[in-house]
Amino acid sequence: MDLHLIPGAVASDEEREAIDAAIGAAAPERHLLLPALHAAQAQAGWISPGALNHICARLSVPPAEGFGVASFYAMFATKRRAPRTVHVCDDIACRTKGAEAVCRSLEARFGPAGQDASGVNGAATWVRSPCLGLCEQAPAALVQRAGDARGDEAMAAATLEDLVLAVESGDARAAQRTVVPQTDAPRDPALRLLRRVGLVDPESLDAYRAHGGYAALRKALSMGPERTLREVTESKLLGRGGAAFPTGRKWEAVARNPVRPHFLVCNADESEPGTFKDRVIMEEDPFALIEAMTIGAFATGCERGFLYIRGEYPTATRRLERAIAQARARGWLGDNIMGEGVTFDIELRRGAGAYICGEETSLFNSLEGLRGEPRNKPPFPVNVGLFGKPTVVNNVETFANLLDILSSGGPTFASTGTAGSAGTKLFCVSGCVTRPGLYETPFGSTLRAVIALAGGVADGRALQAVLLGGAAGVFVTPDELDMPLTFEGTRAVSATLGSGVIMLFDDRVDLGDILIRIASFFRDESCGQCVPCRIGTIRQEEALHRLVDARQQGEGGTAREVTLINDLAMVMRDASICGLGQTAASAVQSALQKFPLDTFEAPQEAQ
Amino acid sequence: MDAVPMSFVRYVDLTIDGKSVRVPEGTTLLQACQSAGIETPTLCYAENLTPVNVCRVCVVEVEGARTLVPSCSRPAEPGMVVHTDSERVRHSRRLVFELLGSSVDLSTADPKYLADMARYEAVPERFDTGDATGHGAKATVQQPVKIDNELYVRDYSKCVLCYKCVEACGTDAQNTFAIAVAGRGFHATIATEFETPLPDSACVYCGNCIGVCPTGALMFKSEHDMREAGTWDESKQAVTDTICPYCGVGCTVQLHVQDNSIVRVTSPHDHDVTEGHLCIKGRFGFQFVQNR
Ligand SMILES: Cc1cc2nc3c(=O)[nH]c(=O)nc-3n(C[C@H](O)[C@H](O)[C@H](O)COP(=O)(O)O)c2cc1C
Ligand code: SF4
Ligand code: SF4
Ligand code: SF4
Ligand code: FES
Ligand code: FES
Repeated sequence: MDLHLIPGAVASDEEREAIDAAIGAAAPERHLLLPALHAAQAQAGWISPGALNHICARLSVPPAEGFGVASFYAMFATKRRAPRTVHVCDDIACRTKGAEAVCRSLEARFGPAGQDASGVNGAATWVRSPCLGLCEQAPAALVQRAGDARGDEAMAAATLEDLVLAVESGDARAAQRTVVPQTDAPRDPALRLLRRVGLVDPESLDAYRAHGGYAALRKALSMGPERTLREVTESKLLGRGGAAFPTGRKWEAVARNPVRPHFLVCNADESEPGTFKDRVIMEEDPFALIEAMTIGAFATGCERGFLYIRGEYPTATRRLERAIAQARARGWLGDNIMGEGVTFDIELRRGAGAYICGEETSLFNSLEGLRGEPRNKPPFPVNVGLFGKPTVVNNVETFANLLDILSSGGPTFASTGTAGSAGTKLFCVSGCVTRPGLYETPFGSTLRAVIALAGGVADGRALQAVLLGGAAGVFVTPDELDMPLTFEGTRAVSATLGSGVIMLFDDRVDLGDILIRIASFFRDESCGQCVPCRIGTIRQEEALHRLVDARQQGEGGTAREVTLINDLAMVMRDASICGLGQTAASAVQSALQKFPLDTFEAPQEAQ
Repeated sequence: MDAVPMSFVRYVDLTIDGKSVRVPEGTTLLQACQSAGIETPTLCYAENLTPVNVCRVCVVEVEGARTLVPSCSRPAEPGMVVHTDSERVRHSRRLVFELLGSSVDLSTADPKYLADMARYEAVPERFDTGDATGHGAKATVQQPVKIDNELYVRDYSKCVLCYKCVEACGTDAQNTFAIAVAGRGFHATIATEFETPLPDSACVYCGNCIGVCPTGALMFKSEHDMREAGTWDESKQAVTDTICPYCGVGCTVQLHVQDNSIVRVTSPHDHDVTEGHLCIKGRFGFQFVQNR
């Protein structure tokens, strides 16, 4: 194949330098496309034709395909854009904290989202963003800066004044923090996954070791891969990324697969609205994730691992970069780990703004430098995964559980929690709640208990609804709070734990507005590959708009919209390729069934 | 691949719509349905292309599976119990046609798809709204026709995003990679890099993308101009098979002639030399010689 480049488009010296640095000395292979695009974007603020030409020439990628990939991601601009972009979250948790009003004020001040902001000489723009994984500190924002050594920075809670400053000067006041209420005094002594949070310097390998770090890997190395696998299987650990698949079964299937090489992937794309648990682990305990991935690689025979982190997590990315470098320097990543002859290393890869890339096969395509479109399954990743090879892919929280499993033994782990849900679970509590934050409880607590742990509904208001499991989850009513938060307990009432989201909405929240935002999230994030999801999600959003308008105007004629919405739900669930389309109607359907939206009175105004 | 002796072919027994069916291992459910005389609508599937299974119009219900499965790409497995006319299957097929019909201009689509739409009683107008501007208004893929060369036009208002042209331009036939899917979600579209006009792109005008396009989104300029002028009339067209004289490969070409002019050139998809694919000379050479 002869590459035909875009006539006359030449990269600037700066673009060329940035791209070459990202590709580095490694063989210029296609899987470097995403890092190379990131470099170009971070240098110039957009992917220029010249930059694309240079990338495509270096990696032997046809420019049409390179453009197809670049235009897939929300963090990449394929038209010239101001070097500074302030992404303002207007997703559901932030909406309960006034995000919509903030966006309207920004619009009044700087002009429409996505255009050069007025009054800053083309230096900045602002855009609306889906959930930024900072819901416990809502409202949130991200400053994406090109040609600026400060790189990207997350802001939360960001006031209108903070955002105006960010647009005008690029300063990210109100930097994000980590909010884990159980680590406040008196600290909960039972914390397991969160045991080091707030106590141990996440930037120091020595501090990590002083708090028990790397004991689990040592133990695994001394037990050998077979016993390590057995502990994991006996632990009955189920995946925490949403699908609750037994981790031991997955690992054994890869370990026993004769095809080589094997790959290990950590899914840190965390983009389910309302979810921020993986971010907290990565920011506060990054070495734990690296250690756990190393154990997984040892047990399943992988020498190469990829950690795919969502592009909007700058703090976690920096912490992980440092942690990986320190582990390498200490000989705990690389060749001959701990002198035991084991080889494993981790490449950190940033996503670029695409929820769908959290779907495991879409993630593989994204890593390989293809569009993040899910693959048809079967074949499953344990047989045909990354680069077509057997692949272990697990969620961050799933990996984090490995350390306890190794330290205390699989059967001990299995004896905690409930019969069908072993261990502890992280819950991302946000919305109209007194103490939003990340919580850890043993499996078996009821929804009511976890809400109580977070101090109940904020401002003494009445609870209207809880969104459980994220945008792909379901709404539950105040009458359903006694459900146990276990995989089996939620399944029994047709709910789901999903990614551990518990988002509260009090009686002031307009549920219709929340449903429309959920629908528009799926419309925006659909990869566009299959008809039921590509067109179904936009039709669902349109019909919901009409339904909610009709309700607010007290009009009749909503039966037609309800029929359309139900028909769409069925085809999306039944005929979509992947979980995105299959669950894109889930929350909306549960709300329409449980809350009489078409007759429902407009909520009381805030007092 | 080496030929497999007949005696080594293994067979798979399954049930389709209550009938027992036996097919060779590796057969897709679509082929199994065909062998049982059951007609299945398809859109993104073509015999000469790798299945992408994106349109979902061919879905069937397999007992025990949580969701419906695309018959065009799912291999038959022993003991599968398949339903091709259940309520769920009919619903999904109908909705897929309705969703496409509600957003894409299907006026020049292959009549076979319109017949399938009728068979499933698809009523795309259900999604129409009186109000064309409010936030509840119906979005479509309506956009201006791209006319940037003398040989063919691209009207993506008619594109169902079946990926066929991308496959034909890429590894399935042409290996030119001039076009790809760009953008995401409802705004995903077929594009060259930065939407550069075809003459500046890698396109070599083999026209293989036109040959596989099911909707007329990709169309000979001759046909497009005649349609615009209202002179396109398939009832007045004769199709003549001949062998392309330009080189020694011996591709069969079908010349579509109206009023003594060659208005379109195709090649049969089941032809063992071309599999439906040609090069610029076979595809456009006749016309060029004759019209200019
Ligand atoms: C649309 C979609 C988005 C997903 N996003 C994530 C994600 O951000 N993180 C994650 O771990 N799993 C995500 N998943 C689930 C993954 O496909 C996969 O099941 C998971 O990474 C497996 O890891 P586990 O077994 O440890 O849960 C997503 C699935 C879908 C369908
Ligand atoms: S269901 Fe949606 S996200 Fe998944 S493959 Fe289809 S279009 Fe893409
Ligand atoms: S005419 Fe040939 S080269 Fe050009 S886009 Fe179509 S398939 Fe590709
Ligand atoms: S242009 Fe034609 S072949 Fe290409 S995706 Fe659209 S409908 Fe399919
Ligand atoms: S950060 Fe805004 S909704 Fe999650
Ligand atoms: S024909 Fe099977 S999915 Fe399109």
